[in-house]
Amino acid sequence: MGELRNIVYNCKQATFLIEKKLIGKITLREKLQLHIHFYGCSVCRLFNKQSSMINAMVKQLLINHDKADIKLDERAKADMQHRIEDELNKS
Amino acid sequence: MLSNVTVNPHQWVKNHADYLYAYTLSRINDEEQARDLVQETFLAALERVDKFEGKCSERTWLTAILKNKIVDVYRKKSSGLVIADINKETHDPQEYFWEDGHWREDHQPKHFGVEDNDPLHNKEFNKVLQQCMQKLPALWLAVFTMKHIDDESTKVICTELKVSDANFWVIIHRTKLNLRACLQKNWI
Repeated sequence: MGELRNIVYNCKQATFLIEKKLIGKITLREKLQLHIHFYGCSVCRLFNKQSSMINAMVKQLLINHDKADIKLDERAKADMQHRIEDELNKS
Repeated sequence: MLSNVTVNPHQWVKNHADYLYAYTLSRINDEEQARDLVQETFLAALERVDKFEGKCSERTWLTAILKNKIVDVYRKKSSGLVIADINKETHDPQEYFWEDGHWREDHQPKHFGVEDNDPLHNKEFNKVLQQCMQKLPALWLAVFTMKHIDDESTKVICTELKVSDANFWVIIHRTKLNLRACLQKNWI
């Protein structure tokens, strides 16, 4: 029971479990503890929401980068191909 | 010469350079370093071009080589920081919580105001997030990026970056507290 009390009033521990839950696994007991914590703590409920939103955004960053039309400048590209051709000619 | 028709180094830059460059920039926010890594990737690929078996596409193969190089960079950036980083401040996020584990009032989460408004496509908000990510200590960013962008298993990350399992979770927790606070500070 001591453990339960610990999590019910402990936002530090609750946010730790939230992170564990979002990208890994938490035990059934931990799930229950978190549930009880959320019941009485709107701040951690908000943290939970924002945290998963941040995760989704970070993932999305990659896709955006692909779409963002990021291009190497032509000179850098020419240099690169040049070095590749040099190596090819060596062998 | 090259017997494998699926590999054509003469077209590599034309076909893949932009893609690989964007891939690198999303993981290492440094244009010069990104350029160098792409170049190194092509040269490394040339050296083992005869080992390419055509089991995956040329681009997937090049990306795999690049990915290893990026992890090398993470590793170099974070080595030496590891112990100092974790011991000094990581373990106890005391600027966010009181000793009893309650939020400190001035650090507790507040609504961003974008939560229900398609934040994923909010360009400005994304930009702030990116800036916040760049402020993270190298090791944290490496762990965070590998987990979230590359979806690496926790075991691989711990091995590659020489972090214990317990510290992995401490870093993940701490990174999120830090990122979220940074967003709150710079957005609201």
